[in-house]
Amino acid sequence: MAAISREEVAHLAHLSRLAVSEQELDVFAGQLDVILQAVARVGEVAAGDIPPTSHSVPLTNVLRDDVEQPCLDQAEALSGAPDAEDGRFRVPRILEEES
Amino acid sequence: MTELTRRTAAELAAMVASGEVSAVEVARAHLDRIAAVDDRVHAFLHVDTEGALAAAAEVDRRRAAGETLGPLAGVPVAVKDVLATKGVPTTCASKILEGWRPPYDATVVRRLRDAGLVILGKTNMDEFAMGSSTEYSAYGPTRNPWDLERIPGGSGGGSSASLAAYEAPLAIGTDTGGSIRQPGAVTGTVGSKPTYGGTSRYGLVAFSSSLDTPGPCARNVEDAALLHAVIAGHDPGDSTSIPAPVPPVVEAARQGATGDLSGVRIGLVREFAGEGAEPGVMAAVREGIEALVKLGAEVVEVSCPHFEYALPAYYLIAPSEASSNLARFDGVRYGLRVGDDGSHSLEEVMSLTREAGFGPEVKRRIILGTFALSSGYYDAYYGQAQKVRTLITRDFAAAFEQADVLVAPTTPFVAFPFGSRTGDPYQMYLADLFTIPSNLYGGPAISVPCGLSEGLPVGLQVMAPTMADDRMYRVAAALETVVPPPVPPELS
Repeated sequence: MAAISREEVAHLAHLSRLAVSEQELDVFAGQLDVILQAVARVGEVAAGDIPPTSHSVPLTNVLRDDVEQPCLDQAEALSGAPDAEDGRFRVPRILEEES
Repeated sequence: MTELTRRTAAELAAMVASGEVSAVEVARAHLDRIAAVDDRVHAFLHVDTEGALAAAAEVDRRRAAGETLGPLAGVPVAVKDVLATKGVPTTCASKILEGWRPPYDATVVRRLRDAGLVILGKTNMDEFAMGSSTEYSAYGPTRNPWDLERIPGGSGGGSSASLAAYEAPLAIGTDTGGSIRQPGAVTGTVGSKPTYGGTSRYGLVAFSSSLDTPGPCARNVEDAALLHAVIAGHDPGDSTSIPAPVPPVVEAARQGATGDLSGVRIGLVREFAGEGAEPGVMAAVREGIEALVKLGAEVVEVSCPHFEYALPAYYLIAPSEASSNLARFDGVRYGLRVGDDGSHSLEEVMSLTREAGFGPEVKRRIILGTFALSSGYYDAYYGQAQKVRTLITRDFAAAFEQADVLVAPTTPFVAFPFGSRTGDPYQMYLADLFTIPSNLYGGPAISVPCGLSEGLPVGLQVMAPTMADDRMYRVAAALETVVPPPVPPELS
């Protein structure tokens, strides 16, 4: 049985904001199925009561004193933007025009 | 006189310090070499001639003014294109960041500059560091100086190939699942992954934040240790940076170079014996281990029963983190934007931008990670992989009760021909079989040249406990006294 269907891949691509083509979907569905069947082997390990590890450094909530530090100015922060206007990132219209 | 491009970093630094050559002459020699051979090797995505000569001139000026220079001042270095360099293009070998010039330096880059190293340019890689061959670079692959029809490893193939092609004496890589060590192995160079948290991730474009580790690449162990010492150490800009002194890596490399390994216990992982590696690779590694024994090391067999699940766990954890990290490439703040012609919504512009800007391996991993994190699958995939990560960490802890370091092949196979693994992504993932455990555990590991198989370099990997990076340098440097770094065939 396939671990993942073409429809599921299409749905995941949409969730990931990837406008994949039909041809790509055909290729990815087969490849991802092979990969998922291989990585599903983690399920063979009896790990019911084992705590998860998210990262290897035993540090949590690293804080610093609330002191002002230099940072990028507005022009620097906008320097890589595909489009900017009035000191802001410009994006396509998000809200519908009022009728 | 030996050509400047054939010198070690330590020699170049000494020559600059003594005034035998100027830093500008050293930089020019390497820039000339790049101009002569990089059309064939394609190790570089961007060569910063102007910046390199200016940095070198500054070193010469400081020397002339009588200032004390750092141990690698005036030495050229190539930097993987995943680290932000202020004002210098940083693409991660992706179309989505084509032309981006970061407004700031990564901490590692800042430390290179502060130490007087001369940045030659940015090296090629698999897109966003996802791959083992540089074939997933959006700008074309890097070629292995040992055989231009073969891959240089990945993701940091450009950094390692630049060393083997004598374009640079030092390079910076990043290692998430083997991206420093595997390219080192297949190009006959040294690649070192420090302890996770030992080198700063600030300004490193994130792929898998719990695994990404910048580290040094060089043609010999001492040079790698010298570069390690320059870039390592606590950085308040990275919340997972370890607030502790840098392990004494340079001293350890020099100690190892005396060729004495008395009292060092070398662990061989039972589960790695014969698993998945080519016979020629295993034979070379066995000879390397015998050489270590002759130098006084004691061999013990250790068992790490969960290592066989490291590859599957990694290919759930890393894509999951990638799917989240790469959400930032949305066509708003930097890089490419596609479809913004008034006929598409913001969401459509994001989807079109990401579709056009990302290559196939990046898309596969984003989709895979989105799957592993989705409700209904999270516990069975991502959650289970994190538990396996705990068990792998415990395997390492138990093994290091019996052994000071663990030794294994770096990668199962020598450099393979272009196109031989791109059709089946999982076959490409197998290149990481032996490197991934250290990433999941967080401990340091180094690949050092260990002879040839079928005329191509083999790497021996030395893994050490967290923050005991010095141990692996000692063992690697000792091996070098018996198995000297291999010399690649002439390119021209």
